[in-house]
Amino acid sequence: MTTAELASPAVRENQGPERTTPRTRSARHGSRYAPYLFLAPFMLIFGVFVLAPAAYGIWISLHNWDFFLPSRPWVGLGNYIELFDPTALVAVQFWESMRATGLFVLFSVPFLVVIPLGLALMLNRTFPGRTFFRAVYFAPYVLGVSVIGVLWQYLLNANAGLINYHLAQLGIAEAIPWLTATPWVWVTLVGVTVWWTLGFNAVVYLAGLQGIDSTLYEAARMDGAGKRHEFWHVTLPGLRPVLLFVVTITILASANVFGQAYLLTGGAPSNETRTAIMYIAQTGFEQFRIGKASAMSYILALLLIGVSTLNFLLFRRQERN
Amino acid sequence: MAVPTTAPRPAPPARPVASTGRRRSRAWARVPFYAVLLALSVAFFAPILWMISTSFKTAGDATALPPQWIPPTWSTEGYQTLLTDPQVPVLRWLANSLLAGVGHTLLVLLTAALAAYALARMNFRGKNLAFALIVSTLFVPGFVFLMPNYLIVDALDWLDSVWALIVPSAASAFGVFFLRQFFLSLPRELEEAALLDGANRWQIFRRVVVPLSLAPLSTLAVLSFLASWNDFLWPLYVLFNPENLTLPAGLATLRNAYGTDFPAVMAGAVLASLPVLVIYAVAQRYIIAGVSRSGLKG
Repeated sequence: MTTAELASPAVRENQGPERTTPRTRSARHGSRYAPYLFLAPFMLIFGVFVLAPAAYGIWISLHNWDFFLPSRPWVGLGNYIELFDPTALVAVQFWESMRATGLFVLFSVPFLVVIPLGLALMLNRTFPGRTFFRAVYFAPYVLGVSVIGVLWQYLLNANAGLINYHLAQLGIAEAIPWLTATPWVWVTLVGVTVWWTLGFNAVVYLAGLQGIDSTLYEAARMDGAGKRHEFWHVTLPGLRPVLLFVVTITILASANVFGQAYLLTGGAPSNETRTAIMYIAQTGFEQFRIGKASAMSYILALLLIGVSTLNFLLFRRQERN
Repeated sequence: MAVPTTAPRPAPPARPVASTGRRRSRAWARVPFYAVLLALSVAFFAPILWMISTSFKTAGDATALPPQWIPPTWSTEGYQTLLTDPQVPVLRWLANSLLAGVGHTLLVLLTAALAAYALARMNFRGKNLAFALIVSTLFVPGFVFLMPNYLIVDALDWLDSVWALIVPSAASAFGVFFLRQFFLSLPRELEEAALLDGANRWQIFRRVVVPLSLAPLSTLAVLSFLASWNDFLWPLYVLFNPENLTLPAGLATLRNAYGTDFPAVMAGAVLASLPVLVIYAVAQRYIIAGVSRSGLKG
């Protein structure tokens, strides 16, 4: 890539202005501004809605920033300190919401890493109808979380829902409170999320599986390796980068959980399933305590960056071994 | 979960020698395999069918036991309720969602393609810095931009307007990455030939690069539209007036207004999912291709 770029005409054109004739100079002049003109529209939006807010958010988090109050006094690290003060209500509620998000990540990620891999292995064989099945398993993912939310709220309705009806048929007479009581709320949130996003991870895995050199399988078979051996010694090592990608984005996606909890459980029972993003949104957009909400989002972001880094290093070390 | 993948295969290592007996046993081994695939298909698709079916029921039939998969009496009550209640202007929501989705998609295509081309093919001062800045945001979770962007959108006077849905989300690095990767894979010869013919960068981009990139551009268009159409948290909080909501934000309202009038709520859900399901049916290939490629760079 870099060598190709070095050989590009654009570079050659820019070399040594003293050697160029007037005609090429005008062409060169055009190409000097061209890259910036090409980049400008994106960079404008990127600057205003990504770079500026990245810095502005920190600035806000250092103030007692209420949307409707004219004065927004500087509080330094006050917002952050309060979030680590075990006697402050906001800290108690924030960490309660962090716990909810943490539990959701813990419960959902293993399923979302393992089940799609199994599915991808099934779909990686050649058989008639393969593309069809892949399309079916991916289908829920194209629906928005709002549709998923209202649909499953109906399906899991304790009295009129399809799920409890079929469970009753199977002999479970008691109506299960899927949306209102622990541990069922967790089963609901995790189950619905797995149903919704499993196809995405399966497709990512499938692309990874198809990228594994088929001669490796032939060699393993020549050595008399069984299916299980093949999986552990050819498939899994070949999938390592894809696996790292899937684990990382799944943790990040699960840590972002908002819509499912907002629509399905509304945080119930009490605030057991009120997730971190839900609490941040409530603090910032409903109570307009924007400084505090910013501080919360930076704490969560730092934690997530830490988890991603740890994850990356873990995979790295495994690779070296 | 992972069990069925190994179960249907015969246990002894498969040798290249295949007798007819083995072939027959392999055909039988396919039966549980297909059974699992079909059972999963039902699990994945039944809820969507139930949503569509319920939207055509009467309120009474929607909660009747035992549940009816086919509406006993076909009814458009649910849809009529939605279309006539001024509290829930679903057609406005549909129009808002479409406008936001199309506007967002066009903006992403234009800005990302231009930027990606500059980053893939041109050399200029600050290129590495620009690229590094864009890369680094891939590692920053999106929610840290929520609060400051709310204030920025407010300062631009875009709160409660479709601009808040079209512009800020177009700053995503994904499109730039995705297209840059593709542009790098294009053969240089065509562009060089055009350059020798006296074409400038813009002409090369318009007449050579874009026509060669219709597939990845379509993929990006479809993914951007889906993301915009399905976005929930941001529209929920930056839009206020019932007239200005998008379908996903509207569904949350609808659910509160029509709690147990399931046909009405499901009719809303069908309206919100029909466009994406149609796009999926038509452009499935592009969506899957886009998702597949997202993993390969990781």
